[in-house]
Amino acid sequence: MLSIDNLHVRIDGKAILKGIDLDVGSGEVHAIMGPNGSGKSTLANVLAGRENFDVTQGEVKYLGEDLLALPSDERACKGVFLAFQYPVEIPGVSNVYLLKAAVNARRKYHGEKAIAAGEFLKLVKEKVKMVDMKEEFLQRAVNEGFSGGEKKRNEIFQMAVLEPTLAILDETDSGLDIDAMKIVADGVNALRREDRSMIVVTHYQRLLDYIVPDRVHVLADGRIVKFGDKNLALELEKEGYGWIRDRLEREPGAATR
Amino acid sequence: MSERFEQLLAERSRLDLPGAGVDWVETIRNENARRFEELGLPTPRDEDWKYTNIEPIARKSFTPADTGESLTGRDLRAIAIPGLDVHRAILIDGHYSPTLSNAGELGDGVRICSLAEAIDEQPDLVQPWLGRLAAEPEHGFRALNSAFLQDGIFIWVPDGCRIDTPIELCCVQHGEPEETVSQPRHLVVAGEGSRLTLIERYVSLHDKRYLTNAITEVFARRNARVDHYKLQQESTKGYHIGSWLIEQHAGSHVMTHNAALGGATARTDIRVRLDGAHAHCDLNGVYVLNGRQHVDTHTKVDHCVADTSSDEFYKGVLNDRSRAVFHGRVVVHPDAQRSDARQRNKNLLLSPDAEVDSKPQLEIHADDVACTHGASVGQLDDDALFYLRTRGVDEETARGLLTFAFANDVIEKFELPRLRHYVEHELTSKMFSIDDLEEII
Ligand SMILES: Nc1ncnc2c1ncn2[C@@H]1O[C@H](COP(=O)(O)OP(=O)(O)O)[C@@H](O)[C@H]1O
Ligand SMILES: [Mg+2]
Repeated sequence: MLSIDNLHVRIDGKAILKGIDLDVGSGEVHAIMGPNGSGKSTLANVLAGRENFDVTQGEVKYLGEDLLALPSDERACKGVFLAFQYPVEIPGVSNVYLLKAAVNARRKYHGEKAIAAGEFLKLVKEKVKMVDMKEEFLQRAVNEGFSGGEKKRNEIFQMAVLEPTLAILDETDSGLDIDAMKIVADGVNALRREDRSMIVVTHYQRLLDYIVPDRVHVLADGRIVKFGDKNLALELEKEGYGWIRDRLEREPGAATR
Repeated sequence: MSERFEQLLAERSRLDLPGAGVDWVETIRNENARRFEELGLPTPRDEDWKYTNIEPIARKSFTPADTGESLTGRDLRAIAIPGLDVHRAILIDGHYSPTLSNAGELGDGVRICSLAEAIDEQPDLVQPWLGRLAAEPEHGFRALNSAFLQDGIFIWVPDGCRIDTPIELCCVQHGEPEETVSQPRHLVVAGEGSRLTLIERYVSLHDKRYLTNAITEVFARRNARVDHYKLQQESTKGYHIGSWLIEQHAGSHVMTHNAALGGATARTDIRVRLDGAHAHCDLNGVYVLNGRQHVDTHTKVDHCVADTSSDEFYKGVLNDRSRAVFHGRVVVHPDAQRSDARQRNKNLLLSPDAEVDSKPQLEIHADDVACTHGASVGQLDDDALFYLRTRGVDEETARGLLTFAFANDVIEKFELPRLRHYVEHELTSKMFSIDDLEEII
């Protein structure tokens, strides 16, 4: 599904990602953990097509195609979805407008005709229930005045409507209370399928109690310094990230893989 | 710099002007001709014209437009606002067209006719009002309009009369030769407790260079309600100078909605005198510019007496190398206690080469007042653009959607839904090569 090979990324001339390798197979869920500032969001944004991030080395294949060559809207039309760590407020554009634009953009891209109004309404009403939000919420401007939890649920709601092939969730759990987190996790689990892969970026192990990953990667200082199965997350929970910092200080640049 | 326009002034003698030989009409003309000779055309040295250089207009030799050709059914359809039911008054090249207009028979003493006809037939209705708000011309263009005092529309709504269907006044530019000038002159008197919606449009059927120099005087008498729309849709080479001069009596409510879409250089003055307690005026507007368009909106609200209020909200969208000027003046006179004046102006620049000068100006001579103002200039939010694109929306559509969202809170105030849709469509189709935004929104 996704294959990242030796990816280096700079922002404003500063090296942020320093050689990432990651393979995500079809139907797999991979967790990416790591301390703040390690480059998790940078990786998520590069995959979604953020423009002012310079890829200086490496490549990314998605369904056999060069992902980095595509503009972000084409990636989306091909099934890549990013749930943002900080979803943007867009005054004046309602949730339904955005979703209708998104659904129809995909359809147009695949040479299908625009969705019928009734069918669209049915779809969004069904999915909005899934994230336990009221229907009024559809008419509100995208994320405007939403609480932190509502913004995160809105991302999951959009994901549910758009049914991506590769979903990247960037700290969708942070700032959520336990009930809201369960709603998010249930939403994600309901979307797990053999032909759909997910990258779940999280700072805490907590979410992984609910979304059980196939693989866990630890990102530190722009590199994947450790990987393992779901038990690695538990280990990290116990030991914290301190050991990574110690190790990076002892042998800079020599992270294990 | 005004020599060519002095020549133009001399052409008055050749024209068949309304009310020729009628004393009070000729007095207005002669007085304003004299004022024009004193004032000349405005220059950038005039504070109110600092950012709008009208030299390209002054350099041309405009001649008065002839009695225009007629319009075909196809022309009419091309300019119609789809689905909007109106009483229609049509001026072609500044001349009223009785055959195309269908606003005549409204009964109840309502008069909608050409100003020339009204001067001849009902001077007692016209004389007390005509020229009252233009008596001291602020600049040469206004003096010039009054020196000709050519045709336009006259609307008289008797006390207590409600006209529910909007009146659409279409000033169509149609004549063949280059460099003609038409100077429509409109007069609207809305009687006590009356209700009127007027849509004043300036449209062109060709893309020739011409000048429109218009004045509309509006009187909203006690408790009248007037909704006044202006759609400035001149050709891309057309010049437009237009003044709305509004006087409001006690308890009246005037809403002005002003959409500036066309013109190479366009200037709209709006002057509102709030002259009776509880008079309220809304000034809403949007200007949408591309290419090298220059659009100047210059508003002034006079709070002349106590307990009056005004609320002004203008938004601008600028692309390419266009330039907009917004100058909003609010004057609270010494006795106008408890005046409430709000003003906001927000601009969106879609191109690094576009430019806007926004100048709020409050002059407050009373102490118990509530006045606020704010102005801003910004660009599309890159994060919002990226967000939309990660949802699959292509760049052009994403920019269109965000631009539309920016302008929409002003356009939303346009109370006629069909007109609102029309303006929304004109905005998005002018600025973006997208056809299916309407599908989305
Ligand atoms: N837009 C940006 N401009 C400049 N530096 C950035 C930008 N985004 C992220 N960075 C820097 O990149 C590093 C990694 O950030 P980020 O990917 O957000 O980390 P994480 O998501 O793991 O907390 C940090 O040092 C951060 O300051
Ligand atoms: Mg992050």
